[in-house]
Amino acid sequence: MHLFRTILYIPTVLSGVAVAILWLNLFNPDLGAINYFLFKLGVENPPYWLQSPRWAMPAMVIMGLWGMGGNAIIYLAGLQNIPPHLYEAASLDGAGTWQRFRYVTLPLLSPTMFFLVITGAIGAFQQFGVPFVLTGGSNLGGPANALLFYMVYLYHVGFVRGLMGYATALAWVLTLVGLATVYVLFRFESLLVFYEQR
Amino acid sequence: MARVVVRSGRARRGGRWALARRLAGKALVYLLLLGLSLFILMPIGWMLTAALKPDTAPIFTFPPEWFPTKHWRWQTFADALLDPAQPFIRYAANSMLLVALNVFGAVLSNSLVAYPFARLRFRDKEALFTVVIGTMLLPGPVLLIPQFLIFYRLGWYGTYLPMVVPSYTGAAFFIFLLRQYMRSIPIDLDEAARIDGASYWVTFWRIILPLTAPALTVVALYVFLGTWNDFFEALIYLDDQRKFTIALALATFIRRVGARWNEMMAANLVAILPALVLYFSAQNKLIGGIASVGIKG
Repeated sequence: MHLFRTILYIPTVLSGVAVAILWLNLFNPDLGAINYFLFKLGVENPPYWLQSPRWAMPAMVIMGLWGMGGNAIIYLAGLQNIPPHLYEAASLDGAGTWQRFRYVTLPLLSPTMFFLVITGAIGAFQQFGVPFVLTGGSNLGGPANALLFYMVYLYHVGFVRGLMGYATALAWVLTLVGLATVYVLFRFESLLVFYEQR
Repeated sequence: MARVVVRSGRARRGGRWALARRLAGKALVYLLLLGLSLFILMPIGWMLTAALKPDTAPIFTFPPEWFPTKHWRWQTFADALLDPAQPFIRYAANSMLLVALNVFGAVLSNSLVAYPFARLRFRDKEALFTVVIGTMLLPGPVLLIPQFLIFYRLGWYGTYLPMVVPSYTGAAFFIFLLRQYMRSIPIDLDEAARIDGASYWVTFWRIILPLTAPALTVVALYVFLGTWNDFFEALIYLDDQRKFTIALALATFIRRVGARWNEMMAANLVAILPALVLYFSAQNKLIGGIASVGIKG
């Protein structure tokens, strides 16, 4: 088990640039390993991934899944925090595996999930290195701007076109949108998240 | 009473079934974990396979080769590291220099700031600490351009100074972490040192700092990884190719026409190697590092 935990966490410590370069190759539409698998599975026209407006974003999401270990560790800490006596009590009341998961694990894990949603949302607003490398930097946003992330655009405005004032304004807008998003998420907190103290 | 007997009888009869189901469940879990591990490891293995190929062998093969079997050309690593047009050994050394300077600076400055907040009494301590913590609220993107302009006007553009000096002025998150940890050290130790005539400085240096080592290790680890993996700062502050960090060099040369993929993959492996070594040697401190250190105090 320890070994699996170790392996799962590896991508989390690796540099975004190196990981992006690696996946750039795996996603190669003609020669990459991913489309090879799809061929083998009988997909006749596998997507062009990073060269297609429609599949560039899903490709980035799959790449992101590769780094799920970081979140998994936080889930692990959350799971270990659930008092075992609650499971015993549920079992004594005749709860099956599914019911124990639904009525003990899920509610008690919801604060962890909420934390991950918040940090994930903040992280998503600040994507830079990975889309920058995946799109080759030169053609700003990838195919049909499918990978034009806010920070990539901000970098382009500020440091390529030299419009520092405009770029700072962009940064403030990003901050406000981020704050608004987090605010909305917190408004839903009482609906979605269970806290024991209540 | 009777019900209990019935239930235990059923349990005994169902014993073999339950065992089989439990084994099947275990097998399923291990199968999932194995699949997940392959999903994580195979891309890294593919990278190593590609790096070990000679220039003549195709990098992309059908089917893809996940783990090196045929080719074992370690020379590619030397080629990538010493290539006169793009000497990755130089970029790796640049990154290492930045890591060393930043780790030293962060450990020094953050512990020096955390100590008075944890131990000394002085006017407006609480207010000052609130200000320090408040700096965590300022969003990074907003600071980006003003910071760039300040460093630019100081004449630091194109040097390592913008990427190093901030480490020497403390970071609220690490100050907070260290303060919490220092507060968990018994105050009797300070008092004993004072009775023996130790100054604040000596108490800090000889008593508090050694006992804060676990938290300092976490700080050092995070600064190491943050500096080694940094891309953005290198991108905006460095213009001289000889000063490039390894992440910036990789991102730059990957776009070069006719880039040799085996060398790029070798360089890419060099770029992830320090993080991997660090991870395997300090795994327990990294996983849940903050949690294990931060909850004290």
